[in-house]
Amino acid sequence: MSRYSRELSVLAVLAAMLLALGVWAPGFYRLQPLLSLATREAPVLVVACGMVLVVIARQIDISVGSQFSICSVAGGLLAAAGWPMVLVVPASVAIGAMLGMLNGALVAGLGLPSIVVTLAMLVTLRQGLNLFRQGEFVTLPDGVQWFGLSQSVGQALILAATGVLVIVLAAALRHVALGRQIYAVGSDAEASRLAGIRPRWVTFFAFAALGALTGLAAAMNVVQSPQVQPLSGNGMELKVIAAVVVGGVAISGGRGTLWGATAGLMVLACISPALVHLHIEAYWEKAIQGAVILLAAIAEGLRRRRSDA
Amino acid sequence: MPLLLAFHAIRKSFGAVRALRGVDFELRAGEVHALLGENGAGKSTLIKVATGAHAPDEGSIAIAGETLSALTPALARRLGIACIYQQPALFPDLTVAENLALRLEPVRPFRRVDWRQRTRTAEALLSRVGAAIAPETEVKRLSMPEQQLVEIAGAVGAGARIVIMDEPTASLTRREQERLFGIVRSLRKDGVGVIYISHRLEEIFALADRVTVLRDGASAGTFPVGEMDEPGLIRSMVGREVSHLYPPSHSTPGTVALKIEGVGCKAGGISEVSLTLRAGEVVGLAGLVGAGRTQLARILFGVTPADAGSIEVGGRAVTIRSPQEAMQLGIAYVPEDRRRHGVVLEMPVAQNITLAARRRLFPGGWLRFGRERREAGEFVRRLAIKTASVDAPVGSLSGGNQQKVALARWLATNPRILILDEPTQGVDVGAKSEIHALIRQFAASGQAVLLISSDLPEILGMSDRIAVMRGGRLVEILPGGSTAPQVMSAALGQTLAKGKDAE
Repeated sequence: MSRYSRELSVLAVLAAMLLALGVWAPGFYRLQPLLSLATREAPVLVVACGMVLVVIARQIDISVGSQFSICSVAGGLLAAAGWPMVLVVPASVAIGAMLGMLNGALVAGLGLPSIVVTLAMLVTLRQGLNLFRQGEFVTLPDGVQWFGLSQSVGQALILAATGVLVIVLAAALRHVALGRQIYAVGSDAEASRLAGIRPRWVTFFAFAALGALTGLAAAMNVVQSPQVQPLSGNGMELKVIAAVVVGGVAISGGRGTLWGATAGLMVLACISPALVHLHIEAYWEKAIQGAVILLAAIAEGLRRRRSDA
Repeated sequence: MPLLLAFHAIRKSFGAVRALRGVDFELRAGEVHALLGENGAGKSTLIKVATGAHAPDEGSIAIAGETLSALTPALARRLGIACIYQQPALFPDLTVAENLALRLEPVRPFRRVDWRQRTRTAEALLSRVGAAIAPETEVKRLSMPEQQLVEIAGAVGAGARIVIMDEPTASLTRREQERLFGIVRSLRKDGVGVIYISHRLEEIFALADRVTVLRDGASAGTFPVGEMDEPGLIRSMVGREVSHLYPPSHSTPGTVALKIEGVGCKAGGISEVSLTLRAGEVVGLAGLVGAGRTQLARILFGVTPADAGSIEVGGRAVTIRSPQEAMQLGIAYVPEDRRRHGVVLEMPVAQNITLAARRRLFPGGWLRFGRERREAGEFVRRLAIKTASVDAPVGSLSGGNQQKVALARWLATNPRILILDEPTQGVDVGAKSEIHALIRQFAASGQAVLLISSDLPEILGMSDRIAVMRGGRLVEILPGGSTAPQVMSAALGQTLAKGKDAE
């Protein structure tokens, strides 16, 4: 019980929010808008899953937004060049994995602080993409959007894939030895090393996995619209990291769960439509997001003070 | 001569560990008073009481004849107490002059800094201690002895009346030592009282006026140096009744499990270590703090691999370059400082126990929680680990039980060679004897045990043979049943005077 108290409090907040929406804004619960919202947020959730691994390993990757943009544009270009989607998706995953491995090699191999490495990567990748594309959109050929199926089938497909992915990843994090090792390394890298774990490989893996998942998320995003924006990933890192923190993953490493982060993202994702339904100006969205993150941090701080006492 | 400092019946406990159990100590003006004792005898705690870092639980402190109710670090400094640590406590990125200023100038955040005055003061102080160091040098560019001189200059500049030196010569060359002795003698001439801590007996005889021996947190006596000889000092350091019965050894050593020859590691400061470990045998590894015992363990476990010599495991020549390779060879290492390295505090007991044995318990890499809990439960029973459940985080357990979890983690790997580094440090008496009984069990079941300990009775009570290290070398291998003075002499590098003690 107390082990998952953070996750349970996020779930409580989410339930309270959904209940409040039901009472004051029943319009929120209409199928099609809700489905669109979920599909829009599905790629963010996939990236957040990867971020959970990296944060549990006591690292952070703020370059995910730029990785996401690059994978989106690359995927769009490949699709425009006539590649079938069954090849575009793995290609996007591979590009993301390579970007993640680059981060991982710099952080784990050279022992550089991840915040510096990924900040540099965030800017470099974004500006590189700007130079290369000059802000141009990629227009996708027919048969790419929703995999050439109807919108609702496409949405269902994306949601189903995301659901399966989260469940498989959550099981893997619990049951695969490597998952356990990520927790151990994040708790105490030196103690893990003395227990025969290779902390650098584990860290490298976490970054590579995050990159691959970001590539997958980009592909899931590309199929949702008729063209690819080169800036589609801008600002994504904030939302992803916020979801992870709100979901009870310790930024100091060693603890957290995928389902906590999923609940955290759901809380953040509901804010914007809730504002619309409650007729509150949209300017409040970011402010409220910020407040939610701050509240999560304060709750964590209070919890720690209590457990130290 | 006036009394500068008087401690009376000082007591200090940390949890269940009684670090000081009634220590009396005095320092007179113009005296060099040596403080001597084994590892863990309470020297460091006593110094920390003197510098105000630790408040004693009981006892009285009088400084310059005035009894104090409480001593804080700030008050200690105002009263003229300065401590020079083995590792100088300076700010590496600041210059020498700035470091001295931090100590000497008033702590007011918005006062104007007179840089010229600051440099002049630094120059004057450095020349007083005979140091040829430019005041504008950054401290990180100085060698260890130079940094020590800066510390001493700071103490002199602050007008310290009581100077504590904690193993000041540990990293000094012969000539630097001589210069340091010169400074100590001139401090004494100026009426300063010096508390001098060292493991090197010849220094104590060369420098000190009196010596106080600490043993198990109590004073074992204060003697004028002229009335004491080396064997006498060693005897008073170790001469204690065994307050604790050790389980007898029944083992008959079997085949050679580990054989190392001429092993060294430059980074770890280890050279020319040769040792044989047999199955079923407990070999104690004794030595002072810093003698290289943990370094040797880290070499054998591949944490800092050896760069010289040869290692044989089970009769086969091997190289050990990583903990993974060591584990594959059947070597297990339970590190010292379990809270930092031995266990992962946030993880549940069960996960901690299975962390190293993954390959044996979960061959496919798929963790099966049923098996994990059964295995962990088995160890919890066998080692009598007191925990609410196998799901409780290890951080919620007592020190002794955390240590048992660390042991269980390595027993779960079925090791052939078990290296234990200070397995009973900070563990209460009951858990201590349980751990001793367990060590005997491992040996009886054919494991070779290398037991590193600073607890001399533990070494004597548990070891079939005793290897003694000093200065990064293995200097002596003594048979089981050796006496405390023999081990201590080897660790200190003294040859016992032709007495009967030396066999």
